[in-house]
Amino acid sequence: MKITKHKEGKAMVIAVEGRLDAVSAPAFDKELEELIEAGEKYLVLDFQNLEYISSAGLRSILAVTKRLKGLEGRIALSSLTDIVGEVFEISGFNKIIPIYDSPEEALSEL
Amino acid sequence: MGTVILPASLEHLKEALAFLETKAREAGLDEKRALEMSLALEEVLVNIFTYAYPRERGVVEIRCSSGEPGRLAVEVRDQGVPFNCLSWREPDLETGIEDRPIGGLGIFLFRRLASRVAYRREEDTNILSLLF
Repeated sequence: MKITKHKEGKAMVIAVEGRLDAVSAPAFDKELEELIEAGEKYLVLDFQNLEYISSAGLRSILAVTKRLKGLEGRIALSSLTDIVGEVFEISGFNKIIPIYDSPEEALSEL
Repeated sequence: MGTVILPASLEHLKEALAFLETKAREAGLDEKRALEMSLALEEVLVNIFTYAYPRERGVVEIRCSSGEPGRLAVEVRDQGVPFNCLSWREPDLETGIEDRPIGGLGIFLFRRLASRVAYRREEDTNILSLLF
């Protein structure tokens, strides 16, 4: 799993590549926690190159979402591909976390 | 078709999934189904790695067979604590963000992704059978 990020206005766009699974979730958790502790409250997770997500990844995203809500921040996801979209749908997570077709769209809604 | 026995710990997840992906190819599963299978088995295996052997190290056995072309049957066996994950209560999908508990998703996901799931216990062994 690879994470690259850049600032866009008040938001941090975080591109996650590869697999977000039980093995890589802790590193993802750590990276996002560091960003939040550094003061970032508006996050866009760009999943264009995320090829796989398991429940470990969903748990990480849920934890970040709850954390940001407590800080009056916001999170949005963008560009979900096939199986990742499917997992969000099956788990019902598509109803609790906003999902957009592109990072630009996500940013305009934040 | 093939069996592998691995230590029941997270460091061996990658190896387990690589084995399963090879079996999926041999059985002729299409790419999407193979990914779904991989995801489901990750959930099954991580549950075993996390909960099956609280006090000692144990192993997990994965058996694959293909009854018909394009289908893969997977049996996962462990000698851990008796655990019928199919009797687990499913999360309420209508619950909003505040009330969603952080756990319980893995079981829900693999039950949805597999075509069929069955559990039985034989003496000291948990046996979970999945069909893709």
